[in-house]
Amino acid sequence: MPVVAEPEQESEAQLEARFEAVINRKDRVEPRDWMPDAYRRTLVRQVAQHAHSEIIGMQPEGAWIGRAPSLRRKAILLAKVQDEAGHGLYLYSAAETLGVSRQELTEMLISGRQKYSSIFNYPTLSYADVGTIGWLVDGAAICNQVPLCRTSFGPYGRAMIRICKEESFHQRQGYELLMTMMRGTDEQRAMVQESVDRFWWPSLMMFGPPDDESPNTARSMAWGVKTHTNDELRQRFVDMTVPQAKALGVTLPDPELVWNEERGAHDFGQPDWDEFWDVVKGNGPCNAQRVAHRKKAWDDGAWVREAALAFAAGDGSDTSSDTSSDTSDGPRTA
Amino acid sequence: MTSEIRGEWPLYEVFVRGKRGLNHVHVGSLHAPDDQLALRHARDVYTRRNEGVSIWVVRSSAITASSPDEKDPLFAPSGDKVYRHPTFYDIPADVPHM
Ligand SMILES: [Fe+2]
Ligand SMILES: [Fe+2]
Repeated sequence: MPVVAEPEQESEAQLEARFEAVINRKDRVEPRDWMPDAYRRTLVRQVAQHAHSEIIGMQPEGAWIGRAPSLRRKAILLAKVQDEAGHGLYLYSAAETLGVSRQELTEMLISGRQKYSSIFNYPTLSYADVGTIGWLVDGAAICNQVPLCRTSFGPYGRAMIRICKEESFHQRQGYELLMTMMRGTDEQRAMVQESVDRFWWPSLMMFGPPDDESPNTARSMAWGVKTHTNDELRQRFVDMTVPQAKALGVTLPDPELVWNEERGAHDFGQPDWDEFWDVVKGNGPCNAQRVAHRKKAWDDGAWVREAALAFAAGDGSDTSSDTSSDTSDGPRTA
Repeated sequence: MTSEIRGEWPLYEVFVRGKRGLNHVHVGSLHAPDDQLALRHARDVYTRRNEGVSIWVVRSSAITASSPDEKDPLFAPSGDKVYRHPTFYDIPADVPHM
């Protein structure tokens, strides 16, 4: 045995203590830090599910791009759906820092081993749904995402900051769309109300099951992954949305919804949690369609991915003739 | 970390100069088959709202990193040289422009 002193290996307990110390002083955990396996697993699951939601979430709205009623609305919707693609990509790259590959993540989505938000398993039946999704679904997403900017895992928090900067456009374009329709005909107003009636309860479900049925919440909060409980965020969303609904002139379809002076907050009814679990299990109106669509895009794109790699593996003589160097002032312009 | 498995496009790190006068700052990563496409993807993914005037992309595998955290010996030499920071020096509050 060599006599050279080996650098002292830290014991599991020391590593764990150091990790806990980072969490306790509300510092960030970075990818190359030691972290408990359960923390890593929880984050992979949460960040992947979040990424998948952004990607699958392009479908219900994307369905209306070709049918948008004006060029202005079409341009807005295109930009919004493109943003959601970007959100998915930010989050996939955050998930990858935890040691999963992009390909594995896509395969887990397609095979149903990882989930996405159940809201996207509801269909968009009318153009008003584009507005309602922007207002309520992106609105609920904002409530969820703003606190996540301070989540304990660095890459996840940074992705959330980028996303939150873009979300307010999403919510405002939706609300403005609905306002425009509310200034229109009785028929248009009825379309808005009907759409809000369909999306209200699924939007409340976006915050996840009630706290007493959410066994992982306590641990996620102890780790600083989550900073608020599902019910806290749901309450915040309801309180924010009620005055917006009033200004819009629509009724939220909950007979129990009432201001509670004592609590300084609204009381409201519970979504149908049986429906929620049923949709999570795969039995929502669009689950099969959403995943099939994603799988088709993945399969249809396979030849493009392969061809691009084959091209890149060539001698590269094609790229050297490219004279455009204005996009980079780096040490080496590609 | 795990890249180039089963024909996956390689991973690139993306750096964006927000505006003239600022350094390029790491903004995230993406997959691309080659450098040119990495630049184009970086433009679409990270600068949809004029977030940058210049982009660098570099293969993640080409980056050499110090080890995990700031407890690392690499940073130790500066850790005990607090006199490198302006707050090390007590200056009376009524001295202006310090
Ligand atoms: Fe999004
Ligand atoms: Fe959004």
